[in-house]
Amino acid sequence: MVPPIQRLEVTLDTELESVDLAESIVMRVAEAAGFDEDEVHKLGMAVREGVVNAYNYGNAQDRQKKILLTVEFEQDQMIVHIVDEGMGFDLKDVADPLAEENLLRTSGRGIFLMRAFTDELAVRRGPTGGADLMMCKKVPDRKSGNSGC
Amino acid sequence: MALQGTCRDVGDIAVVDFSGRITLGEGSATLRKMVRDLVGVGKRKILLNLADVDYIDSSGIGELVGAYTSVRSAQGELKLVYLTKRVHDIIQITRLFTVFDVQPDEAAAVRSFR
Repeated sequence: MVPPIQRLEVTLDTELESVDLAESIVMRVAEAAGFDEDEVHKLGMAVREGVVNAYNYGNAQDRQKKILLTVEFEQDQMIVHIVDEGMGFDLKDVADPLAEENLLRTSGRGIFLMRAFTDELAVRRGPTGGADLMMCKKVPDRKSGNSGC
Repeated sequence: MALQGTCRDVGDIAVVDFSGRITLGEGSATLRKMVRDLVGVGKRKILLNLADVDYIDSSGIGELVGAYTSVRSAQGELKLVYLTKRVHDIIQITRLFTVFDVQPDEAAAVRSFR
């Protein structure tokens, strides 16, 4: 399926409303690209968690900082970047929320959900040293019904 | 839709019927306040009816865990009933079925409290 856009870039303020806005933008783009309702929901939620991460941890709720959301299509994949202006982090330092000792923690499940709901998740350093969180999902091929990287 | 909760008593059990989304911000705060208030007035058997909660994010899950631990700390019990598919799936993949007592319906839930 040919996506309706090739690239979309939105600069978001570091505020709670940006979380809903980012989720809604990505859900619309994913729907237009041919993802089914369940996958649209999962992609929206993965992006929601990514922007929450940028809002809470990356930018530490500092309203002077921005969150850059990019959605692009390359070949048969939808790729989302969420870039913050924080200190960055390494995925290997994120505690496993499924470990017995972490089950009763009230936070720390966002990265896990992003991984669960996309085909690939990676974190790099963004241009200002913050986290550049990249998620990718294979665009469904309506002829074969395949969906997954 | 913002989270709304309505409390009712079934015997000595406080049942909270929630509707809306349990997400970072208002939704999580509403859940936290309602459970805290119930514990504050001495309720020790709390049943959260999530039949009309169609969305929960990691912050909402964290809030549910926080509610569970705060009720347990007060020597009480907190249980869940009527999970929608999306809430069920999130609780399943986060392994929280091993933590929460999830009941199939309200009658069974009421019977299950000690």
